[in-house]
Amino acid sequence: MTKIELTVDGAAVSDDVEPRMLLVQYLREKLGKTGTVIGCDTSNCGACTVHLDGTSVKSCNVLAVQASGRTVTTIEGLADTAEGELHPVQESFRECHGLQCGFCTPGMIMQAVDLLGENPDPTEEEVRLGMEGNLCRCTGYHNIVKSVLHAAEGAKS
Amino acid sequence: MTATQDRPAAEIGKDRRRKEDQRLITGRTRWTDNITLPGMLHLAMVRSPFAHATITSVDVEAAKASPNVVAVLSGKDFGDELGVCINAWPITPDQKTPGHSPMPADRVAFAGEIVAVVVARSAAEARDAAELVDVEYDEQPAVIGIKNALRDEVLAHPDLGTNKSALWVFDSAEAGTGSDVEAAIETARTDGILIEREYRQQRLIPAFMEPRSVVVDPTGEQITMWSATQIPHILRFALAATTGVPESKIRVIAPDVGGGFGGKLQTTPEEWIAWAVARRLSKPVKYTETRSESLMAAHHGRDQVQTLTLAADKEGNVTGFKVHLDADLGAYIAVVGGGVPVLGAFMFNAIYKFPSYRFECQTVLTNTTFTDAYRGAGRPEATYAIERIMDELAAEVGVDPLEIRERNWIKHEEFPFTTVAGLEYDTGNYEAATAKARESFGYDALRAEQKERRDRGDRVQLGIGVSTFTEMCGLAPSRVLGSLDYGAGGWEHASVRMLATGKVEIVTGASAHGQGHETAFSQIVADRLGVPFEDVEVLHGDTQIAHKGLDTYGSRSLVVGGEALVKAVDKVIDKAKHLAAHLLEASEDDLEYKGGRFTVAGTDQGVAIQELATAAFAAHNYPEDMEPSIDAEATYDPVNFNYPHGTHLCAMEVDTETGAVKMRKYTCCDDIGTIINPLIVAGQVHGGLVQGIAQALWEEAVHDEAGTLVSGSFVDYLLPTSADTISFDVVHTDDPSICTTNTLGTKGVGEAGTIASTPAVVNAVVDAVRHLGVSDIQMPCTPERVWRAIHANDGDAPTPEAAMPHFSEGALNQDEGAGQ
Repeated sequence: MTKIELTVDGAAVSDDVEPRMLLVQYLREKLGKTGTVIGCDTSNCGACTVHLDGTSVKSCNVLAVQASGRTVTTIEGLADTAEGELHPVQESFRECHGLQCGFCTPGMIMQAVDLLGENPDPTEEEVRLGMEGNLCRCTGYHNIVKSVLHAAEGAKS
Repeated sequence: MTATQDRPAAEIGKDRRRKEDQRLITGRTRWTDNITLPGMLHLAMVRSPFAHATITSVDVEAAKASPNVVAVLSGKDFGDELGVCINAWPITPDQKTPGHSPMPADRVAFAGEIVAVVVARSAAEARDAAELVDVEYDEQPAVIGIKNALRDEVLAHPDLGTNKSALWVFDSAEAGTGSDVEAAIETARTDGILIEREYRQQRLIPAFMEPRSVVVDPTGEQITMWSATQIPHILRFALAATTGVPESKIRVIAPDVGGGFGGKLQTTPEEWIAWAVARRLSKPVKYTETRSESLMAAHHGRDQVQTLTLAADKEGNVTGFKVHLDADLGAYIAVVGGGVPVLGAFMFNAIYKFPSYRFECQTVLTNTTFTDAYRGAGRPEATYAIERIMDELAAEVGVDPLEIRERNWIKHEEFPFTTVAGLEYDTGNYEAATAKARESFGYDALRAEQKERRDRGDRVQLGIGVSTFTEMCGLAPSRVLGSLDYGAGGWEHASVRMLATGKVEIVTGASAHGQGHETAFSQIVADRLGVPFEDVEVLHGDTQIAHKGLDTYGSRSLVVGGEALVKAVDKVIDKAKHLAAHLLEASEDDLEYKGGRFTVAGTDQGVAIQELATAAFAAHNYPEDMEPSIDAEATYDPVNFNYPHGTHLCAMEVDTETGAVKMRKYTCCDDIGTIINPLIVAGQVHGGLVQGIAQALWEEAVHDEAGTLVSGSFVDYLLPTSADTISFDVVHTDDPSICTTNTLGTKGVGEAGTIASTPAVVNAVVDAVRHLGVSDIQMPCTPERVWRAIHANDGDAPTPEAAMPHFSEGALNQDEGAGQ
């Protein structure tokens, strides 16, 4: 067991974990952050995407111990939803029907936030390439791409 | 009924944002794998690496000694309480159906079949211990592939004596719905056009994003199962029917379910094993599959060889169509496994007026993962065959593919039309959908560009693909299902609870997993009952709440479940009217219902439906001849399928030097009758399109000769990404063909995109290179296959001597400048 200390969605947390424990397992099993989900075992699907020190990572591809001393943001910490707030990208996904079953959605939103952080005014092509690491089976990506572009447009005005 | 029909619809047709989304975009979700119960144990499955083997021994001692392992159980540790996996649709009385234990004790019939289960205090510990279970196998010859199976040299199940499970036949001459197809073929052979083709429907994997998960809690009076399933009601029935637990002691909950596409229309070995282990240990258990397990052992779809004979006269008027399918069911006949290809039987004639038709389906068993419904289920296969071969007919006659279709399709004034397969299509307008699609697509300009590129000999050729599809959906009239020997009906149930505070709860037997029922059903109720959209709550997916239902598949939820809801709402209004008349001291005949309010004609007196709900709750003052309730329920059995249709047009660019293909444009005009929520409809179409396009271009589940699935991860099974796809042009006709067999006039849309798009894409790829002598490319149309098709007519000439070897002998094996 290894002791880790990190900040998750604004709260300081500390746990003893097995060195092999993945960050996504730590989030789900130890912290109950079940908004972040597991969709594959080969880091292809991106459903588990969170931000590590502000940058998107697939949390199945990071060990919990690697996150020690760092800051993790999950879909649950993206906005103060308990107060009824939504992040503009969350709002865009709802506005543009960028989700159906919603399983890939937390990862999609976290990836989109990171993408727009790096490139606030992307073309459709840039969105498509930037979201390539996140799989969705419901939407055919049409409205996901639209959601990201809509969020970018909203940030401009 | 009713007075509400006079009211202008406020909600139906509106692009309401979805009620479901708030919890989904904030991570406040309840997927089955999110559920944790006190003392819950975790399961890991030990799966056979062999496609066909007898189990000689299972040594569990090392696994049992592993940390925090509670139990390790194999097939021989269970008796009848383990139950069996059922086939609910034996397609013929003499169908050969192998017994299907959730965990066989003696013999495995596909790689991935479960032979033991490890129970531990954590999922990680269970998986660790599963590695330690030592199973000895005696490997048996495995039969892989349809053509091998048909030879009956190696048997998937030796005790059955054959791999051939059932032969299902429909013949229009025998059924009296048309003439003799053999006569049409003979005539065409001598004095017409005869087109014979063999098409391959490759095996696909539904690949829903949420891996399957099941939690069973045996504490309490009812045993509760949470499952990532499309079919909580059918699951409950099957558990009761096979495991000896009374149905009344079983509660099944489908919480948030992350996609299904038919892939979660199954009663699974994993569910049955979790059920048995929880009962055995009297503790809650959870099993969540890995993606690799999901791809390997959750059911696959498609997998047919289609042998097609199309007879036509010289002008391209089709005179007969003969279809022979060989369909791979895999190792077992899954819940509706054998029935899936049979669903296609009625659709090969599609939108056309064929005088004669014969359909044969031979199902076979192989040592591979069992197959069952995948989005469209039988209808994409049928649509592919007919829409591909109509393009071949057009090429033979030398006319535009749209022209050949128009010569053969049912004209809009000919509806209702009884087809050669015996179905009555109520409404449709193929001319209008085609005209609209053609215009939006810019058909003529793209054809002109195609010609220009051909004339110029451009390296990149342009192809245009057409698919004018229809489908039968809204499964299904129960009597029709009965006549096909299906094990259940096709009705749906709904109830409406008028709460004392004026809110409305509606309960539906449909079980959504991404379709947006909570939103669309709220819109229907808001309009019909005259209450605010926000005041309607939709409850579903829990057999203790929605006690009756037949779940969600086959594009049925809106057209069957929505109609049940309409009927329940109408009953509420009828009851409320009686109460309103009593309270207003008026005659029912003088009451008018509008905007959620009964008013007395010619007066300013009135009472709102919410007030009536409160009055019924208080029950201080109500008529002697009624119960103090205005709640109502309805069970609706559809009288017919419904028949959405559409024209899909696809432009593909093909690089003739590399075989690479690129989608340039995709336009579809679907006529689905009344649209409740255009936003949700567009989403269904987009997602459906990409699944169909993926069959055309990327996806294929491949078992090697030994029966190992070699496309067993998302690295190998090519789900499309955002970078592989384009934005689509989705349009509808201005004057849709309203369905005449339900009140709202709706037709199903959940599967339309998938059914239509595959042939549109392949037709486009073939069209791009037809002038190079190509008339078919097997799916998926990978660059290699496209390139080989283009060069198939080059002969076997070796690479010309002039071609330089890639590396010069003695030289540095790198290009100049490389590595800089």
